[in-house]
Amino acid sequence: MPRKASSSVSSIIDTPKRATVRTTNKIVQFFASSQKPSPGETKLSSSYPGALPKSAPSISLPTISLSTATGEHTSEAPMVVFSPEEARRTARKHAQFGPLLHSSHKYVSQHNDGGELEEPIEDEPPYFIMFTTYFSYLILIIFGHVRDFFGKRFRSSKYTNLKAQNGYAALNSDFDNFYVRRLKKRLDDCFSRPITGVPGRYITLLGRESKDYNDTFNMTGEKIETLNMSSYNYLGFAQSEGPCADASEESIRKYGVSAAGTRSDGGTLDLHVDCEALIARFVGKPASILYSMGYGTNAWIFSSLVSKGCLIISDELNHASIRTGARASGAMIDMFKHNHMGDLENKLREYISQGQPRTHRPWKKILVVVEGLYSMEGTMCNLPALVRLREKYGFYLFVDEAHSVGALGPRGRGVCDFFGVDPRDVDILMGTLTKSFGANGGYIAAEKCIIDKLRAINAGVLMSEAPAPGVVTQITSSLKMITGELNTGEGEERLQRLAFNSRYLRLGLKRLGFIVLGHDDSPIVPLMLYNPAKMPAFSREMLKRKISVVVVGYPATPLVSSRVRFCLSAAHNKDDLDRLLRACDEVGDELDLKLSSGIAGGAIPLPEGVTPEMEAERIAKGGKVAAPRWPVEEVIKRGVQDTKLTLR
Amino acid sequence: MTSSPLSSPSQIFNMDYQDALALLVTIRDMAIVQFHRIPGSAILTRYIKMSYQHDPARSVIELCLVIFAIQYLLAPKYSTQKKNFVKLRPDEVDELIEDWTPEPLVAPLTEFEQEQIDKTPVIAGPTGTKVKLTNGRTVTNLASTNFFNLANQPALAESAITTLRTYGVGPCGPPGFYGTQDVHVDCEQDIAEFIGSEACIIYAQAFSTISAVIPAFAKRGDIIVVDEKVNFATQKALQLSRSTIRWYKHNDMDDLEKVLKKVEREFRGRELTRRFIVTEALFEDGGDVADLGTIVKLKFQYKYRLILDETNSFGVVGETGRGLTEYYNLPATDVDMIVGTLATTFVGGGGFCCGSKEIVHHQRISGLAYVFSAALPAMLATTVSEIIKMLRENPENFITPLRENIKTFHAALAKTDTLTITSSLINPTISIQLNGKREMSNDEQDRLAQDVVDECLANGVLVTRVKRIALPAGMSKGPKWFGWNPAMVVKVYVSSGFSKKDCEKAGSVIRSAVTKVVGKKR
Repeated sequence: MPRKASSSVSSIIDTPKRATVRTTNKIVQFFASSQKPSPGETKLSSSYPGALPKSAPSISLPTISLSTATGEHTSEAPMVVFSPEEARRTARKHAQFGPLLHSSHKYVSQHNDGGELEEPIEDEPPYFIMFTTYFSYLILIIFGHVRDFFGKRFRSSKYTNLKAQNGYAALNSDFDNFYVRRLKKRLDDCFSRPITGVPGRYITLLGRESKDYNDTFNMTGEKIETLNMSSYNYLGFAQSEGPCADASEESIRKYGVSAAGTRSDGGTLDLHVDCEALIARFVGKPASILYSMGYGTNAWIFSSLVSKGCLIISDELNHASIRTGARASGAMIDMFKHNHMGDLENKLREYISQGQPRTHRPWKKILVVVEGLYSMEGTMCNLPALVRLREKYGFYLFVDEAHSVGALGPRGRGVCDFFGVDPRDVDILMGTLTKSFGANGGYIAAEKCIIDKLRAINAGVLMSEAPAPGVVTQITSSLKMITGELNTGEGEERLQRLAFNSRYLRLGLKRLGFIVLGHDDSPIVPLMLYNPAKMPAFSREMLKRKISVVVVGYPATPLVSSRVRFCLSAAHNKDDLDRLLRACDEVGDELDLKLSSGIAGGAIPLPEGVTPEMEAERIAKGGKVAAPRWPVEEVIKRGVQDTKLTLR
Repeated sequence: MTSSPLSSPSQIFNMDYQDALALLVTIRDMAIVQFHRIPGSAILTRYIKMSYQHDPARSVIELCLVIFAIQYLLAPKYSTQKKNFVKLRPDEVDELIEDWTPEPLVAPLTEFEQEQIDKTPVIAGPTGTKVKLTNGRTVTNLASTNFFNLANQPALAESAITTLRTYGVGPCGPPGFYGTQDVHVDCEQDIAEFIGSEACIIYAQAFSTISAVIPAFAKRGDIIVVDEKVNFATQKALQLSRSTIRWYKHNDMDDLEKVLKKVEREFRGRELTRRFIVTEALFEDGGDVADLGTIVKLKFQYKYRLILDETNSFGVVGETGRGLTEYYNLPATDVDMIVGTLATTFVGGGGFCCGSKEIVHHQRISGLAYVFSAALPAMLATTVSEIIKMLRENPENFITPLRENIKTFHAALAKTDTLTITSSLINPTISIQLNGKREMSNDEQDRLAQDVVDECLANGVLVTRVKRIALPAGMSKGPKWFGWNPAMVVKVYVSSGFSKKDCEKAGSVIRSAVTKVVGKKR
């Protein structure tokens, strides 16, 4: 029985398009989230699917998935099992990488019109939610301080770290530590959950419990296999078998476990040289360097590029590694509003015309640092606009592709590929190999003269350890699979599955009525929770349903925008996503998370004869926007076909 | 009412004086009426009237206060007036933008740097005591930090493969978000037990470890007393911590005490802040041993916390390889934080920090390189655990031959005055200082060291030299921690895998190379 049907599904063209309607909608929406559908509405919604054009492939031919190559097309279909041993093997394989259920579950990740990237419309929750969120923090802070006040006096043994003791200053500052003690600790069971085995399609958690309110944890010894919506395993290369693992094994047999040394001393193997050439070719740059850690790559690179007298303009949501690296460089640092090209341009105009502070000497160089895909927001950088600005203002552009390489673009080559931008228009392409390639480490790709110079002066090259042979081979083999040199076709299939999964889940969540951030094609799907107490509640509810998710709150996000983040993978198939959607639907009702007003999408497609322009005009004239509250079975039924349309 | 309502602003300018006056009167009357409607306005009026009659000066002061309060409330929280801001017209800005030409992103490669890159050895196949280079030559390898020669030991490789077949390669996430695998927990426990400290945390890269550890604890206002020769990573960590730095002369315990006393005098009466002493165990620059016994004594006496960088000593120093604390017969708990690498002796990867439970726990939340980086690949963690097991079972198999080989090298190199070995006898990284006759510039020293490396390679021995990290332009007079400028030396990484004969042979090759190159320059 569909619940919470949208109150205005009846009007097909009553659909959101632009943020301009937000304000009018706001008041209507006050407390709207908890409204229950009237019987009449329920009836409406159950009858509406019939009114929609039906074209879902209900009958399909069996297709052979290259990634599984077993010929089976649904997990429910009876499998021909030859022996228990074989069944176990198949189960194990599918736990790491799910079989593709239908050939239509694929999509090409590409920015279509070649123009600039439209900002995703950000929905806002009803005021009631904002109010309770602030109120929750207020209660937390008051309680925390009261407990501290009494605790320090009556249970001082628990506070030794915060107080000066026999001449030593406190190890942690009381103030800095407040949030960690009083909020994070309450949800510590949702973080750092220990795991075992491969973090693939499923992830095996090790059970633990706490008897002292998360002060310490005891392992219970149980193993819980959960659906993995948390690992950065975009292309599903976290596998302990298959061609990549085979190659890696061979490499360890041949080269041993370590390269033993820094790259500039005796730590360079032929493996590294080959891998660097491959990465350079992959991202479309003449040369590249490989590092053993992604964070370290950023932490040490800026010192080699900029110094005093230079300026770094960085997106305000850039990763901590970029901040660390920028600070270590000695250059002046400023930030621009996240993805706000106008703000960036204003900053550029001011800085270039004013020159260095006090002396007014011209800047030696200006480096603009952005990320390809932001890991907490799911947004992409507006690369076409950045490239145009670069042309106009002559700054250097540094794009951190930590999350985007492998995950975006028709050929998986990152944001440049996605937008169809020539990689030559970006000066430095940095990326990590942890995420899409199932390995570890980072790379810098640029013109040969830059890379050569870095080899001579960069601390990361001169002093940090070289990546281990097994890891390097994992990178090489997964790269080759993406380009099609290894197991031709499988890499492409993985890319398309990821793109499909990303769009399918995002659309599904929007239709269910959740507030979801980010661009449609991004494999990171943050779902907004707002209230701090909903973080542990959501995480625990999901764990009950055997789904592991990442919840993020302050300080990684602004105070009020706690969220849960789903990371899609090519290893997931539609069944997994449907399972997640159903779980979200239940938990969303329980926790009152279906808060969207409809302006950010989730509506049903426009009927025949209605163009997006007509729809936009209607809304501009003050047309109503329906808050999407689809029944979950309807979402699943229409998901596949609608995923491939322009999402609304 | 005398005037008719005005509909358009242009009419205001057209009307004559009388009308305008009438309008003003109307507005005033309306304002007064409105004001009287506000509850309490009568009291306010009476108060102002009374105070004005009794004490007009007070009214003036009160008025000023009210105006100030309003202005203060309306003013932005920080000064928006940028000092030295030049107001420019848009076309001038455009012109300046047109004119601005940035420097190239990196300086052009110098000839010497080009040579350095071209001469970076590339090993074809596995690393070990004898390696094949991509140019086809097989050479004796003294350039890999492979002290126990375990990098391609088959048993370790098999265990790594077992891990690979269970865990895959990467953990695909930071430790906080499902990146903590049971093998990491085990590895941390193994290291902590091995060293003898309460807890341990592993990072994914050795070089980034200390730069996360120090800033996690030392903040602005804290005091760090540090040996002036600490390595580059530590210098950067100090820079990132933004703490107050005081340097003491290299390994000079009297000077350290002097500095500690001075700090005590200087900061007496102020709020107590955290104080740290930072030193390396075996110095990267020079290779000598820190006087840990005295440092620990002083640290307790002056109430400092001690951060010890055991990058070069963990695993190879001490009777069983537990590092410098073992060498000095001190419990590891005397040192608050022991930082080291797992990528050299332990041929895994990553770094670690050992300390009390609180110290380790705090890093799990605040150690940036831990929180924001993917965890260490499982197979590297299990490799480390394996080696610790081997070391605990029979340390003499590893430590004794390594000691012997270091001694042999020292003996083989000692017979000439063209070089000085600055590193200690317990240090498997032998630092050979070249004794040119005259003072040489940095570039000349680099050249000389490179020539020695080339000469050794020509005779089939692969050694390496220290590479500087130049001070960025404009920073030469800045704080001390902005570069890596050690005494120019040739470096030899000894391994337990060599026979005595190998060591003697390689030692004599190096000696004659130094004699030849340095002698030529004299």
